[in-house]
Amino acid sequence: MTILRLEEVSKKFGALTVAEQISFAVGEGEALGIIGPNGAGKSTLFNLITGNIAPDSGTIHFSGADVTRVAPMVRCLSGMGRTFQIPQPFEQLTVFENLLVAGSFGAGRQESEVSDRCAEILVDTGLIDKANVLAGGLTLLQRKRLELARALATEPKLLLLDEIAGGLTEGECRSLVATIRAIHAKGVAVIWIEHVLHALNSVVERLLVLHFGRVIGIGTPDEIMASREVREIYLGIEV
Amino acid sequence: MSLVVPSWQVETRNKTSAPFGLAAVATVLLAFAVPLLVSRGVVQDLFFILTMLVLAQNWNLLAGYAGLISVGQQAFVGFGAYAMFACVILFGADPLVAVLIAGVLSMLLAIPTAFFTFRLQGPYFAIGTWVIAEVVRLLLAQWKALGGGTGTSLPREATRDMIGVGLMRDLFGMKASAAGDALTYWIALILMVLTVGFVYGLLRSKQGLGLAAVRDNEQAARAVGVNARRMKAFVYLAASFITGIAGALIYVQKARISPDAAFSVTDWTAYVIFIVVIGGIGTVEGPIVGVILFFFLQNLLAGYGSWYLLMLGLIGILVMLFAPRGLWGLFSDRTGIQLFPVRRLLRGGSLNRAHKGVPHG
Ligand SMILES: Nc1ncnc2c1ncn2[C@@H]1O[C@H](COP(=O)(O)OP(=O)(O)O)[C@@H](O)[C@H]1O
Ligand SMILES: [Mg+2]
Repeated sequence: MTILRLEEVSKKFGALTVAEQISFAVGEGEALGIIGPNGAGKSTLFNLITGNIAPDSGTIHFSGADVTRVAPMVRCLSGMGRTFQIPQPFEQLTVFENLLVAGSFGAGRQESEVSDRCAEILVDTGLIDKANVLAGGLTLLQRKRLELARALATEPKLLLLDEIAGGLTEGECRSLVATIRAIHAKGVAVIWIEHVLHALNSVVERLLVLHFGRVIGIGTPDEIMASREVREIYLGIEV
Repeated sequence: MSLVVPSWQVETRNKTSAPFGLAAVATVLLAFAVPLLVSRGVVQDLFFILTMLVLAQNWNLLAGYAGLISVGQQAFVGFGAYAMFACVILFGADPLVAVLIAGVLSMLLAIPTAFFTFRLQGPYFAIGTWVIAEVVRLLLAQWKALGGGTGTSLPREATRDMIGVGLMRDLFGMKASAAGDALTYWIALILMVLTVGFVYGLLRSKQGLGLAAVRDNEQAARAVGVNARRMKAFVYLAASFITGIAGALIYVQKARISPDAAFSVTDWTAYVIFIVVIGGIGTVEGPIVGVILFFFLQNLLAGYGSWYLLMLGLIGILVMLFAPRGLWGLFSDRTGIQLFPVRRLLRGGSLNRAHKGVPHG
């Protein structure tokens, strides 16, 4: 069963093509990695999937329904959770309250029903010591963790992660990978944009390579790494 | 080795909130007795404070919680007042019944205005609200039956025969004018308690949490499933309902109306913003502190003519620079005291119990 399917999705910002005839599908519980140089259109692709940006043409199906023209809020309620590459915390709320909002609204529940779950997510993402601190006072790394924690609180079926591993130490990166594997193991589908390839490859089943808004390769990490075009363009290796 | 099973609690109350609750109930009860104890002048001053507090709580809800910075709330004060006058003069309604009708009509006015202003972002929203207030003022100034541009007065019989006035005359031996003042004062007191209760209840609810999220980051709020537009619309409608009632009530007490006074941007928006800003935006306590300060400043500076506005402006700017969260924010940060706590603090599990939370804001 596929959970997400894009068909010939295109988007231009003025003269700049950021998505050109993009088609791919993600299965329920699958993990897909997205790589590509800066400016390739990876974050824009997330915004198209979540509805923050409307495509010029093409269709997006999620959980069997056409969501191409559906608002971001509704897509969240139907099971899409996302992080923003540039963290967008609710700065005047505490870290715990950030999760409470996501848990109660995103999963359509009462605050009292989700508070335990939100606390456990804070434990899992290493933010529990910051629970009662204003989110506006967090460091960049903590803000990125809050993005992940808040997305998890919405109880997603599909989790979209946009560059959350950059700047981590080796140990922090390993624990992040463990966290994401645990989420994935519970049957949550994951799409993860990341430059830290070894982290990505230890989680995802398939990789998608984006270049100037075009999909230039999709397949297992081994297939992708072996592809001549990918090696030339993305890895910058002369072959 | 023993296994620790974390059990979590969410706390909102704190040490000060229980005694404060009792003190607040006692104060309100005492406030009900005030018209029987003090002179008419004091009752009128307190009426002014109460109605300004209602307006300030509403503006705070709009700007401090929904991020809707309106400089056009005088539209609803003036419209509510005119609606009340129309009900009394044209249809012979009792002024107090007319006050309720005025609230409903103000909310109806908010539907088309929201349709227009909600398309505007940030400063354009503010300008839009002001433009609408001007349009409503110009339209009502054309209404000859209500005195056109020069205004009109409530018929003497209307206030004299108002519901309750006869009863108070018989019970307390009050003159009709004093009974009218006492009556409007009591209604203002009830309106203030209901407004504070409504705002605080909203902030404590799930919807209040969503509202704070929308204020902080609308895009992220939508991404976690908050219906930002519906939430703002609800606050806007609720604020126009209460503001309309307050406007109508103020003009029952004044008994004389003119378009310039009823739609005064200084009286019904600038002063209100001043109250919220010096008291502390985004807190329930802020407007309470602000209105008391404003009242004393106004009396203190009343003799200085036009310097008065200049001094208020200067004080407002100084507070914004040196205490951006207002005087209540300053006090609350120092002491940790919150009379209307809304923070959801996580306790228990592996968290240190002594761990201090942050003040709300
Ligand atoms: N809202 C926007 N308006 C105009 N151009 C944009 C907008 N968002 C992104 N871009 C441009 O689109 C291109 C792709 O951006 P982005 O999707 O953020 O790339 P990536 O995430 O792969 O680094 C970049 O050249 C960027 O400058
Ligand atoms: Mg990006």
